Amino acid sequence: MIPSAFAYERAQSVRDAVRLLESHQGEAKILSGGHSLIPLLKLRLTSPSVLIDIGGLSELRGISAGEDQVVVGALTTHAEVANSPVIKEKLPLLAEAARQIGDLQVRNRGTVGGSLAHADPASDLPAVALALDAVLTLEGPDGRNEIPIGDFILGPLLTALGGSDVVVSISFPIPKGRWKGAYEKYPHPASGYAVVGVAAVLAVDGGGLIREARVGITGAADTPYRAREVEAALIGKPADEETIRQAAEQADAEGSFSGDLFASADYRRHLCKVYARRALARALP
Amino acid sequence: MASVFGAAVKRREDPRLITGNGRYTDDIQLPGMLYAAILRSPYAHARIRSIHVEKARQLPGVVAVFTGSDVAGKVGPIPTAWLPPNSGIKTPAHPPLAVDKVRYVGDGVAMVVAESRYIARDALDLIEVDYEVLPVVVDPEKAMAEGAPLVHDDVPGNVAFHWEAGGDPAPAFEQAEVVIRHRFRQQRLVPNPMEPRAAVAQYNAGSGDMTLWVTSQNPHIHRVLLSNILGIPEHKLRIVAVDVGGGFGCKIPCYADEALVAFAARELGRPVKWTEDRREHFLATTHGRDEVIDAELAGKRDGTMLGLRVRMVANMGAYLSTAAPGVPTILFGLITVGPYKIPYAHTEVYGVFTNTTPTDAYRGAGRPEATYVIERMADLFAKEIGMDPVEVRKKNLIPAEEFPYTTPLGLQYDSGNYHGALQKALDMLDYDRLRKEQEQLRAQGRYIGIGWSTYVEICGLGPSQVAGAVGFQGGLWESATVRVHPGGKVTVFTGTSPHGQGEETTFAQIVADRFGIPIEDVEVVHGDTDRIAMGWGTYGSRTTPVGGNAIAIAADRVLEKARKIAAHMLEVAEDDVEFTGGMFKVKGVPGRQVKFQDVVLQAYLAWNLPPGVEPGLEAQAFYDPVNFCYPFGAHACVTEVDPETGEIKILRYVAVDDCGPVINPMIVEGQVHGGVVQGIGQALWEGAVYDDEGQLVTGSFMDYAMPKARFFPKFETAHTVTPAPHNPLGVKGIGETGTIAATPAVVNSVVDALRPFGVTDLEMPLTPEKIWKITHGREAR
Ligand SMILES: Cc1cc2nc3c(=O)[nH]c(=O)nc-3n(C[C@H](O)[C@H](O)[C@H](O)COP(=O)(O)OP(=O)(O)OC[C@H]3O[C@@H](n4cnc5c(N)ncnc54)[C@H](O)[C@@H]3O)c2cc1C
Repeated sequence: MIPSAFAYERAQSVRDAVRLLESHQGEAKILSGGHSLIPLLKLRLTSPSVLIDIGGLSELRGISAGEDQVVVGALTTHAEVANSPVIKEKLPLLAEAARQIGDLQVRNRGTVGGSLAHADPASDLPAVALALDAVLTLEGPDGRNEIPIGDFILGPLLTALGGSDVVVSISFPIPKGRWKGAYEKYPHPASGYAVVGVAAVLAVDGGGLIREARVGITGAADTPYRAREVEAALIGKPADEETIRQAAEQADAEGSFSGDLFASADYRRHLCKVYARRALARALP
Repeated sequence: MASVFGAAVKRREDPRLITGNGRYTDDIQLPGMLYAAILRSPYAHARIRSIHVEKARQLPGVVAVFTGSDVAGKVGPIPTAWLPPNSGIKTPAHPPLAVDKVRYVGDGVAMVVAESRYIARDALDLIEVDYEVLPVVVDPEKAMAEGAPLVHDDVPGNVAFHWEAGGDPAPAFEQAEVVIRHRFRQQRLVPNPMEPRAAVAQYNAGSGDMTLWVTSQNPHIHRVLLSNILGIPEHKLRIVAVDVGGGFGCKIPCYADEALVAFAARELGRPVKWTEDRREHFLATTHGRDEVIDAELAGKRDGTMLGLRVRMVANMGAYLSTAAPGVPTILFGLITVGPYKIPYAHTEVYGVFTNTTPTDAYRGAGRPEATYVIERMADLFAKEIGMDPVEVRKKNLIPAEEFPYTTPLGLQYDSGNYHGALQKALDMLDYDRLRKEQEQLRAQGRYIGIGWSTYVEICGLGPSQVAGAVGFQGGLWESATVRVHPGGKVTVFTGTSPHGQGEETTFAQIVADRFGIPIEDVEVVHGDTDRIAMGWGTYGSRTTPVGGNAIAIAADRVLEKARKIAAHMLEVAEDDVEFTGGMFKVKGVPGRQVKFQDVVLQAYLAWNLPPGVEPGLEAQAFYDPVNFCYPFGAHACVTEVDPETGEIKILRYVAVDDCGPVINPMIVEGQVHGGVVQGIGQALWEGAVYDDEGQLVTGSFMDYAMPKARFFPKFETAHTVTPAPHNPLGVKGIGETGTIAATPAVVNSVVDALRPFGVTDLEMPLTPEKIWKITHGREAR
C-alpha cells in the first residue's frame, strides 16, 4: 500500500488545471479530497505520473442558492453539504445523503465533484443527483459546457468526463410546488458504501395526485440508475402507501445486477424494492 | 484517604497516546536507517522454479535483496513453542523465506532492503519468480481426506497433531433420554489491531549488541526465540516493545519478518525498519478461529446434562505458529463443559495443515469456541425438552457451595457464584417481562430475540509445572521489581507487556494503595528486556492475575523492610508498628509515627539502619500462580430481526462479569466493552473467506467488516465479586471475557427471534442475506 512515484502540480486556476491536464496528455489526474484517488494509488490500481492538485482553488468551493436551483462547487466537501443551512432548507435529501457518506474524516475531505467524477457505483451522491436531475458544469480546453447527470455517469468508474475536463460545479434544480424527498441507505458493514441507496423525489398536484416522481438508485446494480418504471407507476396516481407499495415492486426493472460475497443479485433486487418503498414513503409530500 | 485500589482512575497512558506522544515501533527513526519490504507469494501452493533478483538489485536506492537460499543457514527456522503432549505433533521446518515451495498466499519469498520504503516497494515488482502452481487445499476436513494435496510432504494426511482429553463418556450416553448432536463452524477471523506489525533493528558491530524494536505482546519470549533463530546470545539481544497498538493475540507469535529485519541490520551494518501494511496484515499476520466442531450432549428430559462429546478439526494454516497448537487443545479442549456440572466429557482435536495463513491465538483463543459450543448446545437442549433456556442453565450451573470443583476434563475451577451472576443479569434485563413483550410483538409481526450465555473461562495460566505438563515451552510465572527511590517515588518493573489494556494505571494503583502514596508517585515500566530481567508477557488474561500479584508481593517485601527501619527509627519493636495511610505508627501511641517517605530516605542514607539490614529499598518477586483463574459471568443480548431485509439490530446488551475484586472499574468496563464488541463482531459481521485457489477474498476493510461504534447500543454492565482464593489480590482476568461470552449470546438471541420460522441454528457471521433467505422462504410458502 505504497504508491509508485508521481509528480505533483498545484493548479493556480481552473484554466490552469485544464492546461496542465492537456499538457500531460492522459498521464495526469486531478486531485481533490484524495479519498478515492489516494487509496487507488496505494493499491497501485492506478499510477498516474502527475497529480494536479486543485484543492486550493476557492472558485470551486461553496454553495449558492437561487429560486430554482442550488449550485454546489465541485470542491465543496460532503461535510459542508451536510451542514449547509441552505441545502437543509431547500434540498434536505441532499444533506441527508451527504451526512451518511463514510465517516467524519471522509466527509471533511471528500468532495462532491470528486465523488461524481469518480463514479463509484456504490457511492451515495449519484442517487440524489439522479433524483434531482442535477446538471454538471465542466470546463475543458474548449471552455465550459453542461451535462445532465444521466448522461454523465456511463458505468462503474466511468463518466463522460473528457481527458482534460474539470468538474466545476453541480447544479441541483429545486422541484416546484408541493414536494418532498428522501434518501434511504443500506450501508455495507465493512466499507460503509451503499449496498443500496435510494433517493426519491415526489411532487403532487392540488388534487393530491403525483405530478412528478424521480427515483435514483445506487449501490445495488453495476451503475447508479433512474428507476423509470417505478416513476411511471407513480405519475398520476394518488400519493398514498398503496401506490408506493405497488410502484416500488418495479425498482429492479432497470439496472444490471450481479452478486458479491455480501449480497447476491437476488438479494440486491429485493433490497432495491424495499428501500425504494421506504424512501418513497418518506417522500410523500 | 479513600483507597486508590478500586477507584475509577483515568488511564494514565492515554494523554501520551492520544496526543501523538506515544512511541510505537514505526515512530522510531535512526540515522542511516534502511527500509525493508517483503515479496509475498501470490499463490497458495507452488513450487519455486527460479527467482531472479538482478533487476531489483539494480534499481537505484536498493541496498540488498535476500531470497530464501540467501538466508538459509544464517536465519534459523521459525519455531513452534507450544507442543501439546501425547499428540504426535509434527512441526515441519518453517523457513524464514520460502526456499523450494510457497504454502500460502502471503508466504515470504524475498526481502528487499532499500534507502526508502518507496524504493523497497518498487523493487518488489522487479523480482521475477517462476512458480509451478500446485493443487491447493484450504478446508481442514478436505485436507484430511485421502488424496488431498500435502502441504508438507512429510506430514501424511496433513494432520499436525491429534489430541484428546477426558474419559469415555459412554455411561452418560447410555443413561441419556435425549441426545443432541450438532455441528458448528467457527469462521476464520483477522485480528486487525489498529497498529500493524513492525520491526526496527539496530546492530552495534563494535559491541555485538542487537536492539530490536518490535510489535510484541511478549518481548522476553521474542528474545528467547530470536536468540535461537539469529544465533545472538540473550545478553546481546535487547527487545523493546513499549507502546504497542493492540495485539489481540496476533502479536504473540514470533514471525520471520522481525528475524529477517535483524539479520539484515547485522548483515548491512545499518538500522533497518519494516512496517507491515494493512494488506500484508490480512495475508501474513496470524488469523484466529477456523474450526469445525461436532458436539454431542447427553441429557435427561428434566433438563439434567449428563455427558458431552466434542470433536474439533482445527485449521492451523500452512505452519504451526508460535502458540497455535495450545489454542484448540488446552485452551479449548479442557473447558468444553463450560460452567455446567456435566459428569462425563471427552474432547478430541485434530490440528490440520492447509494452504492458508497460519492461525494462532485471537482474543479468547479457544475459550470463545468452547463457550460457543456449550452455550448453543444448552439452547438446543432446552428447545428439545421444551424448557426455558434460563431454567436449563440454572439446573446445571455448578452451585456456589461446590467450589473448588473438579471437572471431568481435569481442571479445578477455583471459585464461583454462577447462579448469582445469572440472577443479576436476569434482574437487569427484567427477563419475565421481556418474554411477555416478545410474545406481544410477535403478534404484531415484530421479531425480538433474547439470547443467553453463561460462561466460565480459564486465564492466568500456571503454575509453571502445569505449563510444562501441557507442553507450553516456557514458564508461566511472572516477575516484578518494585524500586523505591530516595525521594519516595516508585518505579515498578513488570515482565508482563501491556499493549492497550491499561496496566500502567492499574499496576500503579496496586502499589500506591499498598504504600499509601499518590498514584502520581508510581511509574510502571514494561516492554524492554534491558530494563526488566525476565517475564512472559501479556496474553491469556494473565497480566493482572499473575503480573499484578507479583507486584503486590514485591511491594509487600518492600514494606516488610521499611517496617524494620521504621521500628528502629521509632525505637520500638517491629510488632508494635502498624502501617496505615502511608504512616508507620506505634500502636496505641497517637502521634508517634513516621512517614513512608522518611523511612525510604533513611533506607538510602543508611545513617542509622537496624543491625543486619542492608541499605536501599527495592524488592523483586517471581510469582508462580497456584492455579488457573476462572472468571465467569452471564451475558444476555436482545436483538430484533427485520424480516423484510434480514437486518439485525441489537436492542440491548447486558453483561454481568465476575473477575474478583475490581482494581479499576473504568478499565474493567473498557475491557468488557471492547471484548463484547469483538465477540459480536464474530457473530454478525466478521469472517475471512478463501476461495478454492487459496486466495483471501476478504483481504481489506472494504469487504472484511470490523465492528463500528455505531452498530451498538449502550452496553449495560455490572459485576459480582468472587475472589480467587489462591492469589494475594484475589483477582481474575477480565481481558477476554467479553469476547468469550458475547458470540453465543448474540447467536442464541437471533435464533430465538427467528423461532417462529422454525430456525434452530444459524451459521456465523449472521449476514442479513442468510436471515432474509429464511424469512423470505416462509413468506413464499
Ligand atoms: C473510508 C472511506 C469511506 C467512504 N465511504 C463513502 C460512502 O459511504 N459513500 C460515498 O459516496 N463515498 C464514500 N467514500 C468516498 C468519498 O466520498 C470520496 O471522497 C469521494 O468519492 C471522492 O471525492 P474526493 O474529493 O476525495 O476525490 P479524489 O479522490 O480527489 O478524486 C477522485 C477521482 O475523481 C477525479 N476528480 C476529483 N475531482 C475532480 C474534478 N473537480 N474534476 C474532474 N475530476 C475530478 C480524480 O482525478 C480522481 O480520479 C469513502 C471514502 C473513504 C476513504
